[in-house]
Amino acid sequence: MFEPVIGIEVHVQLKTESKLFCPCSTRFDAPPNSNTCPVCLGLPGALPVLNKKAIEYGIKTSLALNCRVTESSRFDRKNYFYPDLSKNYQITQNAFPIGADGYIDVVVDGTERRVRIKRVHLEEDAGKSVHEGGTITGAAYSLEDYNRAGVPLLEIVSEPDIRSPKEAYEYLLMLRRILLYLGVSDCKMEEGSLRCDVNISIRPKGSDKFGTQVELKNLNSFRAVERSLEYEVRRQSDVVANGGEVVRETRHWDEASQVTVSMRLKERAEDYRYFPEPDLPKLKIEKAWVEEVKTTLPELPGARRMRFISDYELPQYDAALLTDTRELADYFEAAVREYDGSAKTVSNWIMGELLRLMNATGTEIGEVKVSPGDLADMLKMIDKGTISGKIAKTVFEEMFAEGKSPEVIVKEKGLVQIADEDELLRIVDQVIGENQEVADEIKAGKDKAIGFLVGQVMKLTRGRANPKMVNELLRQRLSQ
Amino acid sequence: MSITKEDVERMSILARLELSEDEQSLFAEQLSEISRIIDSLAEVDTEDMDEMIFPSELGNVFREDTVLPSADPEEALSNAPDREDRFFKVPRILEVD
Amino acid sequence: MVREAAEDRRGTPLRLNELKAHELLPMIRRKEVSVEEVVAAILHRISAIDSKIRAYITVAGEEALKKAKEADARLAGGEPARPLEGLPVAIKDNICTQGLRTTAASRFLEGFTPFYDATVVERLKDKGAIIIGKTNLDEFAMGSSTENSAMFPTRNPWDLKRVPGGSSGGSAASVIAGEAVCALGSDTGGSIRQPASFCGIVGLKPSYGLVSRYGLIGYASSMDHIGPMTRDVRDCALILGAIAGYDSKDSQSYPGELPDYTECLVPDIKGMKVGVPKEYLDEGLSGTVRDAFMKALDKLEELGAKVVEVSMPSLKHSLAAYYVISSAEASSNLARFDGVRYGYRATGSDDSMTMMAMSRGEGFGPEVKRRIVLGTYVLSAENYDKYFGEALRVRSLVTRDFREVFEVCDCLVGPTSPTVAFEAGEKTRDPLEMYLSDVYTVPPNLAGIPGVSIPCGFDEEGMPIGLQIMARQYNEEALLRAAYAFEQATEFHKRNPEIEKYTKEPAGGEMSV
Repeated sequence: MFEPVIGIEVHVQLKTESKLFCPCSTRFDAPPNSNTCPVCLGLPGALPVLNKKAIEYGIKTSLALNCRVTESSRFDRKNYFYPDLSKNYQITQNAFPIGADGYIDVVVDGTERRVRIKRVHLEEDAGKSVHEGGTITGAAYSLEDYNRAGVPLLEIVSEPDIRSPKEAYEYLLMLRRILLYLGVSDCKMEEGSLRCDVNISIRPKGSDKFGTQVELKNLNSFRAVERSLEYEVRRQSDVVANGGEVVRETRHWDEASQVTVSMRLKERAEDYRYFPEPDLPKLKIEKAWVEEVKTTLPELPGARRMRFISDYELPQYDAALLTDTRELADYFEAAVREYDGSAKTVSNWIMGELLRLMNATGTEIGEVKVSPGDLADMLKMIDKGTISGKIAKTVFEEMFAEGKSPEVIVKEKGLVQIADEDELLRIVDQVIGENQEVADEIKAGKDKAIGFLVGQVMKLTRGRANPKMVNELLRQRLSQ
Repeated sequence: MSITKEDVERMSILARLELSEDEQSLFAEQLSEISRIIDSLAEVDTEDMDEMIFPSELGNVFREDTVLPSADPEEALSNAPDREDRFFKVPRILEVD
Repeated sequence: MVREAAEDRRGTPLRLNELKAHELLPMIRRKEVSVEEVVAAILHRISAIDSKIRAYITVAGEEALKKAKEADARLAGGEPARPLEGLPVAIKDNICTQGLRTTAASRFLEGFTPFYDATVVERLKDKGAIIIGKTNLDEFAMGSSTENSAMFPTRNPWDLKRVPGGSSGGSAASVIAGEAVCALGSDTGGSIRQPASFCGIVGLKPSYGLVSRYGLIGYASSMDHIGPMTRDVRDCALILGAIAGYDSKDSQSYPGELPDYTECLVPDIKGMKVGVPKEYLDEGLSGTVRDAFMKALDKLEELGAKVVEVSMPSLKHSLAAYYVISSAEASSNLARFDGVRYGYRATGSDDSMTMMAMSRGEGFGPEVKRRIVLGTYVLSAENYDKYFGEALRVRSLVTRDFREVFEVCDCLVGPTSPTVAFEAGEKTRDPLEMYLSDVYTVPPNLAGIPGVSIPCGFDEEGMPIGLQIMARQYNEEALLRAAYAFEQATEFHKRNPEIEKYTKEPAGGEMSV
């Protein structure tokens, strides 16, 4: 009946070494007010000087999001008062954002959807307030730390093209994935290097008019975004269904009770009195510079996923999983290159064993001790018959834990597969001898029981026997 | 341009500037006087002129992304009207009104 | 009564009220006088007369003497003298000095001590200059008489009933009264040139970006300039050379190479085309000022310059554009003064927002508050284009007009101010009247071109009259050459106020060498 109309605004902290307008460090978690200077403290007479790398990251991101990079750009002042804002104005880009009119493609339940990006712009972050008692309400006083003041932020605003809470979730995942691929931000919501606000309205399905927007804040995870939107869709639908009107307001997501709560209505819209920043000369981003930045763009997740499907003949599922991070995709391709066997085999091992172990131990791909080359070697050993697939799992666990090569582990643990026919025959005969009744059953026609004998051989050899050969030799012997 | 007492009051709220009733009235009067010069701006033909933000042709002034030593926190806090440890202390922050 | 400058300094008293940097520095180098003696003499002078003139907010006597002794020790040890070794300089109190209180003449910053130097101060110190103290100004540089200082008003050394001009009134007074040899001022709408004109000294507003603004308490970012205030043009060139030049801490800093300004001081202006904007003669120009100005034009022609009348129709809108832009930028630049990180914090409120509003309401004077209100008004959404946007377009017009006249002229001249120094209290009742006194000085601030004021006469009561010379952006050379030629062909710069009229101390601040 109703369809949600959702727009998302994301702020990411850029991973530069120094702040946007001064050379103070951007290091997270430094002692309070230890990364400050007259510029970011807003002391009298201090002046901003622009960090070139932040502009590069802005250009890079704009390109990755398919935006038009603005050739003549500049900074503006957004004037408002708040204790964490050291100059009581924020230097931002209001009139000429660095990037505009882009899009990203998102897959929701198998369907590809395009979400347009309205604008991408640079601005400085504010300081951090620590409130007495923990929350701003009821606090007797607040403490200000300006370490974060001046850290470069990129604001990415989508058009209200998102049509479901799930799509919002996928949008955020894809956006973060792209930003991590670019290496421009850590995108850690828990550290505050990625923040998002969403706005949502509803309208009758098929209508092209916009309903009253509600802004949602205090969203601390992508799941919170999804759930808060689900809640809002229900809440707004109820309001309208009962003949009421949705109020234009800001609502706060309460994680504990999983509801949105109305914040006090703003009585008057704040007039930010934007005007061009007179302390900073204009920005001319010429085509040559944009082209130069373009050459530094990595293959983006969407494109890489498609290439994995076509080049490696992988299914959609595998390709999506393997391209979730650039590091994992790099790992996969490195392993495939070394292996030069079936890419699907490599994919299976990564998806099955590697990711399982990574999740179980909380290890990031960058910390994994198994090199792509070692994985490839192990797969080659399976192919050669040196070890069985089953033994390989044990070997792999050891490789993961210790970082040793498969050859070393197999040697140390004496796990080399027994494929010597004479030796296997000896054991096969032994097992047949010890299990005459079963052997007779098989000879009598109960073919399935051969599994049991195979099992016995494997038991005796502690899994090292080549199962295929064991099977053949048993049949051979039993048919004699 | 006539600036009323209400205008002055509204501006004083935006500018976080506490003004007494008398000041509001006085400023409204004085600024309305001053605005007589400012209104003359409307007479000028600026059809084909661009907005000139600053008197300079400079563009693309950057610094490299290098970290330099910050101020000592004690220096940073040296003029703080109120502090607690290495934080600036301020009275409670009410929600936006 | 005109005092002659002494011909030969050896063994003759140092006349502090006439001493120029370019005379003093060689004396120090030749060890004819010690730095300590000079500084002590200046400090003595201050203690004798400043209670009447009130040029200084803070005198850094102890530190100055300490630095003086260090300088003498260095020189005695055989180290070469630095370019400004031992030069006593006064710094306008809106320029940050490390460890030395910087108040902007505001109650808000009464207790503020920066832990950093402005770039210009750093450069002066590196060259061996000695900071004597911080001079009085109109609060946050907003004003034209120094009567807006929250501390006290400064008096004009020529006539204590009159203002020294503003906003760099303290710096101007300190130089002409011999309480400093040179001073730094700031100029956003005429605040160096007008007080220079009222006090009979040389005041230069350089091209925008030529001198770093880092450490200058911001008023109107796109029109703020720091510049020298000195007794003569040679000193002006000397100080300009010491402070000008690229600074990476100021994004608007001019990156080009600069000439040696003292080398431009060739008193030859034969063939120089000097333009007089006719609009400058239209305003409420007083009779005596007009006469002195016309005589100055005659002198320039006598020296071989070709004086031509030019027209700059946009000039009459400069004042309006200036007040809109400067108030707007100021309203934003002064937002940082909220009592959170430094400055005055009002008591009697228990929430931050009220605390901020009270601190600003109590800490700022009426002129500052008025401009913040006006600035906020012209930037508000519904007014932006009509006023601020329009002012920025008028600015383009003014700049274009200047560019066009400089294609046919090497420099422009006009009176610095429509009147001589007025009496204290005369213009304070009506802010509009005060604003009108900036009418000649404001256009170069809009366009970012340099302007200098030099003495060109006196009225019947002996009050100084100033001549303003302007040149194309970054062409300080033409400016200084014209100024120098005029100065050297006249005697106005040699006249001094009769300080002994109001102090028992000898006017010359005699000090035997």
